[in-house]
Amino acid sequence: MIPLSWYLYLSAALFAIGLYGVLARKNAIAILLGIELMLNAANINLVAFWRYTDPAQMAGQVFAIIVFAVAAAEVAVGLSLVISIYRARKTVIADELDLMKW
Amino acid sequence: MSLELILFFVLAIIAIATALGMLLSRSAVYSALYLVVNFVSVAIFYLLLDAPFIALSQIAVYAGAIMVLFLFVIMLIGLETLGGELNWRQLVWPLAMGILLLVQGVFLVIQRVGRDVYIGQTGTQLSDPSLMARVLFTDYLLPFQVTAVLLLVAMIGAIVLSKREKSNQEA
Repeated sequence: MIPLSWYLYLSAALFAIGLYGVLARKNAIAILLGIELMLNAANINLVAFWRYTDPAQMAGQVFAIIVFAVAAAEVAVGLSLVISIYRARKTVIADELDLMKW
Repeated sequence: MSLELILFFVLAIIAIATALGMLLSRSAVYSALYLVVNFVSVAIFYLLLDAPFIALSQIAVYAGAIMVLFLFVIMLIGLETLGGELNWRQLVWPLAMGILLLVQGVFLVIQRVGRDVYIGQTGTQLSDPSLMARVLFTDYLLPFQVTAVLLLVAMIGAIVLSKREKSNQEA
């Protein structure tokens, strides 16, 4: 069987790529895509720990399902924010949205 | 090297490569499509981990609903002007990765669906979704209900945020 640590390396790599996307991309939609990737990486961790530590307890899978629901809610609100920002400012580039900048 | 190891490495390479593609591609549509492939490869990881229910909800919720919503908004805002001819040479790598993913997915479904992993003295079957449902609706009933409220709030929030004001409509 594949060692648990390999799954953790993989999910750490995906999380790091997602984090870099969140910090470096300028497009607001690309930032949301990075957040999705990070949530997904965390989910791999949850399911891998469930499988390798105590599979009789279904807690890991339950947490993964709850993360799905949270991700869906986050995307719905995030994208509607993007739409309403686009209506107001005609841009979704994060650097140009500096209304609150002093 | 066992078959499982080979599957893991190929899948890991696809997952990392598509994540990097998501990061590096200039166009938002391509980023979103790379992320779809990434989600499908993660779903196959869940099959590898004996969690078929999670794998299928990953495809339905992430690769289906969430990414369609993303693509819908990208098209709606009109960020993209995908111009020019379709270059067939560009399609070689995506096609190769897609076929590889498909082969692995079909292989794992065939291999895993018939396989029962029994654990513990009582011999509970690992991939049985009803086991998870029992835990979800008994031990984790309160988090489940909170999730329902969260989804309701998110739905109302999305409607309110993206609704046009009356005055804007006339202008």
